[in-house]
Formats: sequence, structure tokens, C-alpha cells
Amino acid sequence: MPPYDAAVTTTPAGAKLAAQQFPFGGSARRARRMLGQTWGHPVARAVIKAAVTIYVATTLTFFLIRLLPGSPVEIKIDELTRDGAMSYAEAAALASTLFSIDLSAPLHEQYLSFLGSTFHGDLGHSFLSQGTTVTSIILAVLPWTLFSVGVGSLLSFSVGIFLGLLAAYRRNSVLDHVLSTGGSIISSVPNFLLALLIVLILGVQLRWVPMTQMRGSVTPGIQPGLSPAFIGDVFFHAALPISVYFLTTIGHWILSMKSATIGALDEDYVTVARARGLGESRIRTAYVGRNAVLPLVTQFAIHMGFIVGGAALIEQIFVYQGVGLRLLTAVSQRDYPVMQGILLTTTVAVVVANLIADLLYSRLDPRIGRAGGAAG
Amino acid sequence: MTTATIGVRRPGSLPGPLAATGRFLRTLARRPVGLLGFGGVVFFVLLAFVGPLLVPLQETSDVRAVYLTPSAAHPLGTDFRGRDVLNQIVWGGRDILAVAFLAATFSTIIAVTLGAVAASIGGKVDTLIVGIADVFLTVPHLIVLIVVAAILRPTGFLALAVVLAGLQWSGLLRPVRAQVLSLREREYVEAARSLDLGLFHIIFREMLPNMRSYIVIHFILAMTGAIYAVTGIVYLGLVPISGQSWAIMLYLAQSQGAIFFRDSFWYILSPILAIALFQLSLVSLVSALEDIFNPRLRTE
Repeated sequence: MPPYDAAVTTTPAGAKLAAQQFPFGGSARRARRMLGQTWGHPVARAVIKAAVTIYVATTLTFFLIRLLPGSPVEIKIDELTRDGAMSYAEAAALASTLFSIDLSAPLHEQYLSFLGSTFHGDLGHSFLSQGTTVTSIILAVLPWTLFSVGVGSLLSFSVGIFLGLLAAYRRNSVLDHVLSTGGSIISSVPNFLLALLIVLILGVQLRWVPMTQMRGSVTPGIQPGLSPAFIGDVFFHAALPISVYFLTTIGHWILSMKSATIGALDEDYVTVARARGLGESRIRTAYVGRNAVLPLVTQFAIHMGFIVGGAALIEQIFVYQGVGLRLLTAVSQRDYPVMQGILLTTTVAVVVANLIADLLYSRLDPRIGRAGGAAG
Repeated sequence: MTTATIGVRRPGSLPGPLAATGRFLRTLARRPVGLLGFGGVVFFVLLAFVGPLLVPLQETSDVRAVYLTPSAAHPLGTDFRGRDVLNQIVWGGRDILAVAFLAATFSTIIAVTLGAVAASIGGKVDTLIVGIADVFLTVPHLIVLIVVAAILRPTGFLALAVVLAGLQWSGLLRPVRAQVLSLREREYVEAARSLDLGLFHIIFREMLPNMRSYIVIHFILAMTGAIYAVTGIVYLGLVPISGQSWAIMLYLAQSQGAIFFRDSFWYILSPILAIALFQLSLVSLVSALEDIFNPRLRTE
């Protein structure tokens, strides 16, 4: 296990942990103490957490694919032996290449080799198009999902925080009521229903939006590059998914930021800052805003998983060629290696987003970075 | 609330639960949004569970009455086989509400048990449980659900609810744990601990009754999450399609291409509105409940 862990944990702190995962004999206490020190450091802790999450997710995927009754591997072998003249051994050999698992090896070795090849980016081969690696399939679609989800959620986060701050400062004004009520209504409507409503009302009934032209991630045949035409085309095709991600998450940020700001306004340091005669705009940004936004940064990371998952539905409705739509294609073709690969890649993407949020958090909150051993 | 909890009953007064409900409704009546939400939830529960007893399911198709716009005979129009849409809306809530209720129950039970155990024992057990919850929380749920549904093909809603709960509990764990951590220092819990009443007794007899309001809120939130996930994967056609539900209506509308007919507007809008309004009712109810149970958060 250590070599594979070492492969992901590239930071010095992570590598230190990987080397100490199995403390033996007399060094155990020393190792535990060092582990404790490493754990105390927020950046190291965030990296370790990310590595462990990826490791556990990979393990769970292996169990899902290999060990459950009626697992894809078994189904594939059944299929191969049933239809053709293939013997069990031949079928197992083919299944081994398709899944990148050596099925003749004992189970724990299968598990280790699965971990090994996964960490090297080898996710097996697609059932449908022989010779196409799952990695290449995913690399073709993943950027579009990351782009649309990233732009949509970052936009919604920043605008939502601004509006939430505004609502908190103008408490009980018309603006506050409009933002709070509107925010809570729109955030409780499931995102794919909003997407369907957009298709239904703006696309079909009013015909304001050219639905069929906006399908896909780019117009076929357009020259990729940094030209304004290409960038415009990319945004044209991503406009509907981005608007849905934006609209369905902004309500949450408005409401959270509003209540966080109201909480921060009552804090003593704000009163002291006022007493010191600091300007209202400085208090608003550096004292109230900064402290209110901190807990939201962590929430943002948790939301990423939800939004990436929802992308499957949104991309299906708008026919946007990202990972979500590719996953559904793989499901309908029963292309298990692709499904498994997408499950792993999206998890890694969300873990990385979480990691960035954690690191950002320790940058934004000086209390965490400096204290070092702040137990939590 | 405390008198109802202990069960002290003055002679002649209503039995505890009824009196508590009455008090609850009176408090709710002062919050229009909460009352609307509560009314919406009651309406949809009655529609889904009592409606089918009163209205017979109409299954005969009529090719001459396809995609009719709303009229007196068909208040919500007809679908691609000429069946009445209102009839399907009445029959289509039961399965979704049942799955959501089961999934929310299971995930609340898991989260409360694990959260209470983590917070009460602390130390390594706590770190482990929180770590596991974090892993489950990070993984994109809908993607896992799609892959699991594709591999396991859960039939029947008990299986679906179990799979959903297996993912959803992670979101509830941290709040429950935080709540238990704050209750742990209370005097009555310390008293129980010094009497050596055991972890089980302390968690289930001392702490849980004092977290009821909190658990109710998270139960409702878990229901909204479950409804989103269930309608999502049924809409995608990933679970074997049988029976009636709002999500199956959407799936059929989509697979029949009805979304792109201008005449089928009411047919598709009806299940969308049913799901969205039910979610909205649940969320409004939750915000009113938070307000009632935790007056310190009030922003008036």
C-alpha cells in the first residue's frame, strides 16, 4: 500500500505520512508523535484528508465493480461465454484487459494492482470502442463540465455573497425581502426542473432561445483557439448550463451570507472598529465581510460535489457534452469501465476543489495558519 | 415544550401530543411563510395518499384526445396517450413521497446514531466516523447513485431508499454531532453519566428527546434531498419504470419527445410544478421551524 499512497501524496508532508503508515515495533510511538505534528498543521491535514478520501473512494469503487453479487466483471464474463465460442479462461483474460484487473490473481493482489493502475491514470478500456482508453474518453469531456460548473458556481458564489451582504446591511428593506424570498424560492426548486422549465418556456413556447443550436459543447467544425469567435461560441453553448448552476445555487449564498453578516455585525470587534472611527466601507469589507465569508468558503467545497452530480441531469437536458452526459451514455451502453472511470474522476475533481477551499481557508483565516496546533 | 416532554398532564387538558400540536400550530400561524409551507405539505400528503382512494386510476388511452389543453373535462389537459393529467398527478405522488420518507428516516437514524456515538465517545472513534462521513460527503452523490443504479438495478422503493440513505446520512452527521457535543455538557447528561446509566441510555433516553426539534428539521431537509435524487434518477430512466409517479411522467414526456411540442405544455408543467411546489413547501416549513425552535436566529 505505501508505494501507491506515496504516488498521490506528492507534498513532503503527505510523503512523510505515507512512509509512516505502518509504524512497527519501537518506532511506533515516535511515528505517532510525528503523525500528530503533521496532523496539527492545517495544510498537511488538508492534503492528507484529500489523499485518504481519494484512496477510500477508489477502494469503494473496486468493491462496487468487483465484489458485489452480479458485478460488472461477472456479467461481462457471463456475456462472453454465453454468446460466442469463448472459453471461461479466454473470457476472463479479455475481461482482465478491459477492466485493467488481472482476474487470475488472488483478490488482494487484484485490489493492489487496481489501485496501482488507477493512480497511474490507467482506468481501463471502453467496452464499446476497443482500444480507446477510458482516460482519453474522460479527458475529452471533463474540461467542459469543469468549465461550466466552475464558471456557474464561482459566479453564483461571488454575486450571492455581494447580494447577501447588501441584504444584511439593508435589513427589512424591500431589497432585503425580495432577495431573501426570491433566494429561498429559487434555491428550493430542483435544478433539473428549472432546466426543463427553461427548455419548455424560453425554448419551446416563447422561442426566445435557440435550443437546438445551443446543443453540444461547441459548434461542430469551429477552429479551437484563443480567437474571439471560438471563446464566444464556447460561452454560447455553455450559457444555459451556467445559468442553471448560477440560479439554483445563488439563493443559498444570499441567505447564508446574510445570516453570517448579521452575526458578524453584532461582534465586539465591529463595535470597537466603529468606536475607533474607522470608515464604514472599511468596516464592511475588512471586518464584517471577511469574517462572514470564511465559513462559506468551506460550504462552497461541499456544494461542488452536489453541483457536479447534478451536472448529469443538466447536461442531459441541454445536450451539453460533459462528463455527466457521457456517464449516461456509458450507462445506456452498459460500458462499465467508463462509468467507473467517471465516478473516480469526478470524485477526484471534487476532492481537489475541497483541497483548494481548505488551503484558501487557512490563507484567509490567519488564526488557523499561525496557531499551527489548533486542535479541531 | 418541556412539560410535554416529561408528560405532566393536568386533569381535563388535552393529552400531551395533541396539546403540543395545538401549541405548535398556534405558533406557526404567526408566520405566514411557515403556515403556507405547512399547508402545502399537508395538501400534497393528502393528495398523494388519500387522493388515490377517492379517484380511480384512469388507464385507458384515447388517441383522439392526445395533448389536449386544459378544459373542464381535463383540468390539466391530457398526455401523449390521451390520458387525463390531473388523474396522473393525483396518483403520482405516493411512490415519491414514500421513498423520500423512507430514505429520510433511514439516513436520520444512521446520522443520529453515528453522530451521537462519535460525539459521546470522542477520540479516535470520533475522528474515524467524521472521516468516513467526509468521504461520503465529498463523493458526488448523483453520480454514485447513477453508477450504483446501473449496476445494482434497485427494484422496489425499499432498495432505492436504502441506497439513498447510504449516501445521504453523511450530510446530517456533522450537525447532529455538533448538537450532541453541546448537549454533552448539560447537567442532566452529567447526572446520567455519574449514575453510570450506560451510553445507550444517555444517547437515546437523555439526549435524543432534547434534540427532537433539531432532528425534525434535518429529517425534512433529508426528504428534500431524497426527492431531488429520486425524481432525478427516475427522470433519467435508470430505475425500472412501473406504476405512476411525477418523475415517471417526466421520464415519459422526455422519451416521447413531448417536451418539444408546443401543445404539451400543461402536461409537462404539471409534474414539474407538483415536485417544485412540494419541495418549496418543505423548505418553507423548515425555515419557519428553525425560527420557532431557535428564536435567537430570528432576524426581525
